[in-house]
Amino acid sequence: MGQKGDGVDDAAATVSAPEPLAGFVGCDETIERLYFYLDGELTEQRRIEITRHLDLCGPCVGAYGFESELRKLVASRCHDRVPDALRQRVAEALRDESAAAAD
Amino acid sequence: MADQEQFSDLAMEYMSALYTAALRMTRNPADAEDLVQETYLKAYRAFGSFETGTNLKAWLYRILTNTYINSYRAKKRRPEIADVEDVEDLYLYHHLSGDGSAGLGRSAEDEALDRFTDTDVKAAIESLPDSFRIAVLLADVEGFSYKEIADITDVPIGTVMSRIHRGRKALQKALVDVGRARGLVGASDEAR
Repeated sequence: MGQKGDGVDDAAATVSAPEPLAGFVGCDETIERLYFYLDGELTEQRRIEITRHLDLCGPCVGAYGFESELRKLVASRCHDRVPDALRQRVAEALRDESAAAAD
Repeated sequence: MADQEQFSDLAMEYMSALYTAALRMTRNPADAEDLVQETYLKAYRAFGSFETGTNLKAWLYRILTNTYINSYRAKKRRPEIADVEDVEDLYLYHHLSGDGSAGLGRSAEDEALDRFTDTDVKAAIESLPDSFRIAVLLADVEGFSYKEIADITDVPIGTVMSRIHRGRKALQKALVDVGRARGLVGASDEAR
């Protein structure tokens, strides 16, 4: 998952910047890349650019905070307890299977 | 190579996560239980081909997802319609925002999110078409990376990204619809 946090400055310095204005991103681009940012799936360079924008832009930080809360909501409001009967069924099925294999 | 005798010790701890995913996929407890049992049996039989030290949870999800797609989805196929072209970025955020209450700290929109219950969120996820539902489940409920989801679903990573992003838009639209029915979202403002 995601990138490791080490060597941030090194990475930024050694990446050959594809655009002359690398390092400066606006609101549109930030919102467009918000999911990738939250998913930890951006390159280190891009991640730093978005972080810099979020440090300075109130509306984008609001949107970022909301999407981040929504992610937590989806992850936390979506769990179900496994019925005991299912645990037993699966354990029994595996036992039968291994007994059959031993014959 | 993995030893079948170790299977139960290693694999049982994922049952709760697999059952949750199975419920969202099949939308039905009886089918979900069958799907989980079938997944465990298939995994047990194939455990010799599992490479020890690789991601067991992802491997189990791969079996679960394939079994669902091959056996369960066919039973009650739903039309794969989800038009998200008209759903703009930050759809839910814009629908929950009141009268420009932008401020520091936890916003009114964040507070409004808390009013969605487990039932609301589950219903919204279950309303999504299969490919979006599976992508959102794997990414946002289980926290798998794009690469892991590509491996689990046997789909190129670009397609995975597109499904996750479109799926999230569809989910936001579904949450707005659920929220509207429960009075959590203003009823009138169609387009903002």
